[in-house]
Amino acid sequence: MRFDTYILPIVVFAIILTALIKKVDVFEEFTAGAWENMKVCTEIAPTLIGLMLAIGVFRASGALEALTGFIAPFVSGLGFPAECIPLALIRPISGSGALVVFESILSENGPDSFAGKVASVLQGSTETTLYTIAVYFSVTRVKKIRHTLLCALAGDITGFICSAILVKILL
Amino acid sequence: MLSKIFSVLIIASVLFAILNGNISGVSNALLEEGNGAIELALYLMGGMCVWGGLMRVADKAGITDLICSMFKPLGKRLFRRINTSGKAFKAMCMNISANLLGLGNAATPFGLEAMKELEKEEGESDTASDNMIIFTVLNTASITIIPTTAAMLRLKHGSEKPMEIFPAVILNSVIAVVIAVTLAKIISAASRRRKK
Repeated sequence: MRFDTYILPIVVFAIILTALIKKVDVFEEFTAGAWENMKVCTEIAPTLIGLMLAIGVFRASGALEALTGFIAPFVSGLGFPAECIPLALIRPISGSGALVVFESILSENGPDSFAGKVASVLQGSTETTLYTIAVYFSVTRVKKIRHTLLCALAGDITGFICSAILVKILL
Repeated sequence: MLSKIFSVLIIASVLFAILNGNISGVSNALLEEGNGAIELALYLMGGMCVWGGLMRVADKAGITDLICSMFKPLGKRLFRRINTSGKAFKAMCMNISANLLGLGNAATPFGLEAMKELEKEEGESDTASDNMIIFTVLNTASITIIPTTAAMLRLKHGSEKPMEIFPAVILNSVIAVVIAVTLAKIISAASRRRKK
């Protein structure tokens, strides 16, 4: 068995065991915590709906694809495989969208090809930036996020460029 | 900010679709995306309830305090004037540890709690604080030790070595995090100086 399948059960096991030793009312606290988060979930639902609507419409209109075609010549000079450009573009916006693109790269190029490896590194090392920012700030009253987006995207772009370089050097 | 993104995306998409003859796709998306969002919210809700419950148990058992004390030295450097015994710092530590373990579903509820508590501790305002920015940026750059999803999909597509990407993944996220956080620190420091 792989190591990572053990993490989750062991974490939960350790929590419950420690709580029992410390004589915590385990079930009472569990349901209280679950209720807290259920409230948070309903709070963020409208933000999720708005965001997914905008992104879904953008993708369905074909504008995302057109943008990919436009950017491709610029980044291919950096040694970034053209097959991975759609992934790099959609990764910051849509997690489920990225997963679809990632799978198609793997099945078309093979997971052990250069494009397949770069895509895997990208998928593993980056996050759904826009979604994260939107959801995190949605629980606060903040309207002006200042340089949050700029810094987050700077990190993403660094990740895109370095993924190709790292795959060449390390793998 | 979200108002702009939302409006620009929708207006641009509709115009593009009309020019491109893709309008039926947009029409379908308008009808279906709402359902998808609710499905996602419900899907998230299950995981968030389970982890919210477990972490409250962990908190009462004193486990979160233990983890926080390990993060204290790093936290003090990352976040300016953070109260390391406050609720915000506690939630931030739990968020980072969940991320490191690759438990994304567990990380989100802590992240949201941390943002709420940061707002309480630093005073409500319509402008993001320096610490909110650093914390959000940490979360937009995925920091994980085990990229489970990517490895699982590689395996599914017949990779001979699904896990060989791990070192590159870790190194890549470390580089991205360092760049993003450093940039955030520099801009924050510059804007503080300007205010003086």
